[in-house]
Amino acid sequence: MATLELSLPEEVEQPVRRRRRLGFLFWFAICWIVIVFVLAIFAPILPLQNPVDMDMLERRAWFSSEHWLGTDGLGRDELARLVYGARVSLTVGLCAPMIGLVAGGALGLLAGYFRGRFETLVVGSMDVLLAFPPLIFALAVVAYLGQSIPNLTFILGFLGIPAFMRVSRAATLTLARREFVIAAEALGASHARILLRELLPNVLLPLFAFFLLGVAVTIVVEGSLSFLGLGVPPPMASWGSMIGEGRESLDVTPRLAFLPAVAMFVTVLAFNLVGDTLRAITDPRQGAL
Amino acid sequence: MTQAVAHVPSGEPLLKVDDLVVEYGFGNRTVHAVSGVSLEVARGETLGLVGESGCGKSTLGRAVLQLRRAQSGSVLFDGHDLTAMQGEALRKMRQRVQLIFQDPIASLNPRRRIGDIVAEPLIIAGVKDPAQRKQVVYEVLSAVGLDPDLVVGRLPHEFSGGQCQRICIARALVLNPEFIVCDEPVSALDVSIRAQILNLLEEMKARFGLTLLFIAHDLAVVKAVSDRVAVMYLGRLCEVAPSEQLFARPAHPYTALLLQAIPVPDPDVRPAESVATGEPPSPIAPPSGCRFRTRCPRADQRCSAEMPELREVAPGQFAACHHPLA
Repeated sequence: MATLELSLPEEVEQPVRRRRRLGFLFWFAICWIVIVFVLAIFAPILPLQNPVDMDMLERRAWFSSEHWLGTDGLGRDELARLVYGARVSLTVGLCAPMIGLVAGGALGLLAGYFRGRFETLVVGSMDVLLAFPPLIFALAVVAYLGQSIPNLTFILGFLGIPAFMRVSRAATLTLARREFVIAAEALGASHARILLRELLPNVLLPLFAFFLLGVAVTIVVEGSLSFLGLGVPPPMASWGSMIGEGRESLDVTPRLAFLPAVAMFVTVLAFNLVGDTLRAITDPRQGAL
Repeated sequence: MTQAVAHVPSGEPLLKVDDLVVEYGFGNRTVHAVSGVSLEVARGETLGLVGESGCGKSTLGRAVLQLRRAQSGSVLFDGHDLTAMQGEALRKMRQRVQLIFQDPIASLNPRRRIGDIVAEPLIIAGVKDPAQRKQVVYEVLSAVGLDPDLVVGRLPHEFSGGQCQRICIARALVLNPEFIVCDEPVSALDVSIRAQILNLLEEMKARFGLTLLFIAHDLAVVKAVSDRVAVMYLGRLCEVAPSEQLFARPAHPYTALLLQAIPVPDPDVRPAESVATGEPPSPIAPPSGCRFRTRCPRADQRCSAEMPELREVAPGQFAACHHPLA
């Protein structure tokens, strides 16, 4: 039989804040992202040459004090095109996953919480969207609406919605029957309150980690589309279109394809690294019990 | 068919559950989780609800709070029928009835600070003044034995299970409810912490004038806290009696079996030969008549043909059995 002891006021020990070592790679990734952003944002006021000015006498010129990274097949300054290309890649790379994050995240949250017919409808329509060939969709939109950065962003963002919906719904499903959600219901919280206060903060983290992954993927996909000629309209530069143009002189001047490829590779890697690290350090369960 | 109810000794009951039926669809089959349970809880009383895992006691607790809607039957709380309530009226009523869960860590949102978690009921109830909310939160956290200044800014994972259960109790108390359903509140805790939490519940009950429905599978715990005890088996009540009486003279064979199963802390005492064997039948296809008959040593023809109703076998003691022991 249980004997009841006198309850002692429990001591709550002071929190011990341990500094986590983030490592060299994380800081390298952060530095790279900051540099790329600064260059992209301030491109118009930096002492760069005009990225579309051609100099037919200086075609495929080697590195020089005038053209730091040389010139491309039409004699345009490679460094200026890289920096202006970063503007396009980052704009599309950040805005498109944002569309997926907001629309897909909200749909997944609602589907995972309310279940029933609504969930069937959402999941079904997302499956249809996933089954539709993305390249055909991109071609159709570009053919009807024209080639522009907003259209490109819309295409890539729209195609990202099903993936974000799945991540958000999966996270919501595991949380929605947890006791703290039932507790909120028992307290008389409205559905909106449960969704925004109890579920959203917990779903946002996996979504954000997936968002950074989405940024990386979108930059690559934008490059592929530009490479195929479905991306930004020439003569505007983007990393993908630069690789595409560099392909023609791959045997003579391979650097024209490699320089934008390296820029894209390092940027994508940096986003992935930061995403992984942020997910790891902000997980509250880590080190708990 | 008139159904006898285990009436409370005197006065109008605070909670009156009448012929409550809760079933869930499970594929194309139906789980009969709660089948026609009637009980009453008097104001200021602690009613213990015991039974094996899966007998429907948690479902009953949640159906009382309308977290799971009943198929039929009614739940009268202070004269209001909760089963008929919807939307706003139900949300208002929920401030008077609270719930404490088995897993204290899972019942706190891992991403919110303790101060916000405990203040949440006040925000939902429409207390707009932050200073007033803070004052109430500090009072109730002190009442459950935590230092508010050290606690409010921290996240649930920084606390032990016992501390989390204190926080859950604080959250349940912050709106000054009349009735609390405790759904196995100490099962997930260390034995050393259990007594502290049970004492705390008793203390809070006295201080805030609470009425408790205490769900547990541990008879020792139930005996320690309950005024009356209801024993549940496979979705139906077997026996309802004052705590002392139930433990001294069980009337239902199932109660007797449960009491026999309590381990005695003495190596020389040989465990009594078990009278019931096997697992409880599935709630998908419960046996006809008395649901305990498949494991009952006293079962006969009548038990499989006729469902026993709760009837008074001794003053205050009700049993649903054709062949009561007492």
